[in-house]
Amino acid sequence: MALDAASPSAAPPAIELRGISKAFGPVQANRNISIRVMPGTIHGIIGENGAGKSTLMSILYGFYHADSGEILIDGRPTRIPDSQAAIRAGIGMVFQHFKLVENFTVLENIVLGAEDSGLLRPSLARARRELRQLAKEYELDVDPDATIEEIGVGMQQRVEILKALYRKADILILDEPTGVLTPAEADHLFRILGNLKAQGKTIVLITHKLREIMAITDNVSVMRRGEMVATVRTADTNPQQLAELMVGRKVLLRVDKAPATPGAPVLEVENLRVVDAKKVERLKGVSFTVRAGEILGIAGVAGNGQSELLEVLGGMMRATGSVRLKGRPLDLSGREDARDRREVGIGHVPEDRQSEGLVLDYTAWENMALGYHHRDAFANGPFIDRPAIMKNTIDKMQRFDVRPPDPMLLAKSFSGGNQQKIVVAREIESGPDLLLVGQPTRGVDIGAIEFIHKQIVALRDQGKAILLVSVELDEILSLSDRIAVMFDGRIMGERIASETNAGELGLLMAGVTGEAA
Amino acid sequence: MERMPRWADVLLVPLISLILAAAISAIVILAIGENPWNALKIMVTGALGSSYAWGYTLYYATNFIFTGLAVALANHARLFNIGGDGQATVGGLGVALIALYLPWPHWTLALLAAIVASAAFGAAWAAIPAYLQAKRGSHIVITTIMFNYIAYALLTYLLTGPMKPSGTMETATAPFPEGTHIPSFRDLFSHGETILFRGTPANVTFFVAVLACVLVWMLIWKTRLGYEIRAFGFSEGAARYAGIGSTKIIVVTMLLSGALAGLMAINNTLGEAERLILNAVEGAGFIGIAVALMGRSHPLGVFLAAVLFGFLYQGGAELSLSTSIPREMVVVIQALVIMFTGALDNMVRMPVERLFANRRARGTPVAPLAGPTAERAPDRAAPPSTPTTAE
Repeated sequence: MALDAASPSAAPPAIELRGISKAFGPVQANRNISIRVMPGTIHGIIGENGAGKSTLMSILYGFYHADSGEILIDGRPTRIPDSQAAIRAGIGMVFQHFKLVENFTVLENIVLGAEDSGLLRPSLARARRELRQLAKEYELDVDPDATIEEIGVGMQQRVEILKALYRKADILILDEPTGVLTPAEADHLFRILGNLKAQGKTIVLITHKLREIMAITDNVSVMRRGEMVATVRTADTNPQQLAELMVGRKVLLRVDKAPATPGAPVLEVENLRVVDAKKVERLKGVSFTVRAGEILGIAGVAGNGQSELLEVLGGMMRATGSVRLKGRPLDLSGREDARDRREVGIGHVPEDRQSEGLVLDYTAWENMALGYHHRDAFANGPFIDRPAIMKNTIDKMQRFDVRPPDPMLLAKSFSGGNQQKIVVAREIESGPDLLLVGQPTRGVDIGAIEFIHKQIVALRDQGKAILLVSVELDEILSLSDRIAVMFDGRIMGERIASETNAGELGLLMAGVTGEAA
Repeated sequence: MERMPRWADVLLVPLISLILAAAISAIVILAIGENPWNALKIMVTGALGSSYAWGYTLYYATNFIFTGLAVALANHARLFNIGGDGQATVGGLGVALIALYLPWPHWTLALLAAIVASAAFGAAWAAIPAYLQAKRGSHIVITTIMFNYIAYALLTYLLTGPMKPSGTMETATAPFPEGTHIPSFRDLFSHGETILFRGTPANVTFFVAVLACVLVWMLIWKTRLGYEIRAFGFSEGAARYAGIGSTKIIVVTMLLSGALAGLMAINNTLGEAERLILNAVEGAGFIGIAVALMGRSHPLGVFLAAVLFGFLYQGGAELSLSTSIPREMVVVIQALVIMFTGALDNMVRMPVERLFANRRARGTPVAPLAGPTAERAPDRAAPPSTPTTAE
């Protein structure tokens, strides 16, 4: 904090952006943004999806060119026409989706693009020496000879950080770095960032998680709709205030819900197993029950079988084992498809609304019938009943507050939150006995999260069964009545939501069972 | 996210492409020492200047409407049916079989039977590639192209052997009997002294093609099947999620596409030659790809593009007849049009899109992502009486 308070002449900001504007066609992604990031600090940038955070960082990293404004690095005006220039200016970027060559070793990935000469061996030898040094300094331990496909996501991320440091980055930008990490891995990452800061590196952390901002940043800038609405010292603010700045109005961070009153079992899953096309076993004997009037949350780091579980129940993937809905067995052999599942009363808000839940090139009204287009309400013999679907869509758009309420708008033109509201409206209003919900608020703005959570709780209160899969532990904790944790295709344990906490679940998510912990 | 207005998409972009193709053609014609303006005049007069000219232009257009629709329909399911040639070839076989071996009291019945037969044969020829794509993942482009060659070989065999009348040297069937002769445009439009469309091949099949445009439009935008086909084409993941079976969509779409290509055979067998000739399709299946591309897979666009290519075919033929411009030059011009309207579509489209985006950006203040300028569905499927959103 000393640096922050010092007089401007002491040290120029590591990064200073002055009046940056960038438009994509008519969409003003960044408008007149000015920001100063002091050297040796961790600076958080927070904002809803589409607020312009990633655009701003892409400008800084040379992927986009600002329409106007200037960039100063260490007080010197700097032009950044491409990422090479950014690297020369000492900027390193760790993307949300890693950019690593899967079948190269860690060492090869680090050297890739930064070789000293035509011969690889001297570069690799030098990289190995530097790597050892960096690992000691920053707790950035990796196995230099492992291939990327062999190591976990946490370590892959460390490789990305090492790549930037190897290129002499003094400024490190991390875009949503914890999305794929377990809580323990995230803590490790924060320790690394702390070490980097201690060595005088400057870190920009882009995130939408308020908790992370509060935990490790020194200063935080809030973006909303392409504008920088505030920059404050983290110590002087609180999550509630940040959330309000992000959304522009008061928001409810906790889900208001009465205790559940579970009824009869609706979904009974026993010994469910899935082997994928590569002969890898994705589900290794999963069993659980969801009762009427309760929300069962499935927690876990992405990729531990939750997606397969939803796909099997939604009729999109084969499995063995037994699944019963209200006592009647479901066919898991692949004979029954997603349509059959809907007919027996299973609604499904899929994990990926862009590639599954919606046809992005369809209008809102066409999407409102997706999966239900054969029902009498929406069809006249072989023809689709456009007026009926249209009327239904206008009604649902109103009740689920989809903005803009224009049924002729293409699905891809809606914001993430409004896209999700379309899917949720369609699936809830089809009147299911069981609702499968995957990542209901991924890429959804805070205002819409609040609304979607309320709808899910309301469905529970009508006595429906809900199976919620989410990688956001906060969401699982606040929405679920019971929580099952998945790791490596198995359920590691079940907890009552009100009697557990993030720490306990985090251990289960990492595969550590109760006895060992 | 942002696109240009619909009119620019369907009219302006193809028009600019055409002008570019014409400009380069003009340079090429200049380079071989001919006058491009003169060439254009010959093409326009030769293809549009008289009922004779129209009689050829619309005959070719009829072929291209069918093959264009075939490609367009498959495109909606993101299937690239490159086998229109083979399907039309085999469709011709279907027409020849019913025309030669069944007695027909009146041409209307023969025409109906020819529609059924050509569609069924064309569909059958698309069925195996469709099945292989759906069940085995064999790429439809590869299999349909291979089936083109099988179709040519099959027809060559039949027209040099079993179906060739003895004592002739031609690779063709016997002439079809009187009862199968469908009216030509001359029969339909000449009255009293005035003989129109004299000696031209355009015939009643043109109206079958127009009807096919309307039916395909209804299929794609009005029916549940069309909804499923488009959903599958836009997003296989979403289709699977919606319980739309990929096998069913691939097979049904390809059968319909093959049937449309097969229908083309009525025009050149029953309509023009009145017998089945080897190579009667003359590559129309491939022109159909360009037609569907230029028509943006919309039946109305296909119709207009088919007429344009009919014009190029007929105008080009006139050009090589009445100037020293070689016939190969005509192929070059056609190729330029295909290249600019099809393959290089984005070269024109993107600058035009940017132009509109810039204009709009300057015209309107900040628009939020889903604001009033966000992308709306082109209301291409809407009949005039569509209920509005303001209910």
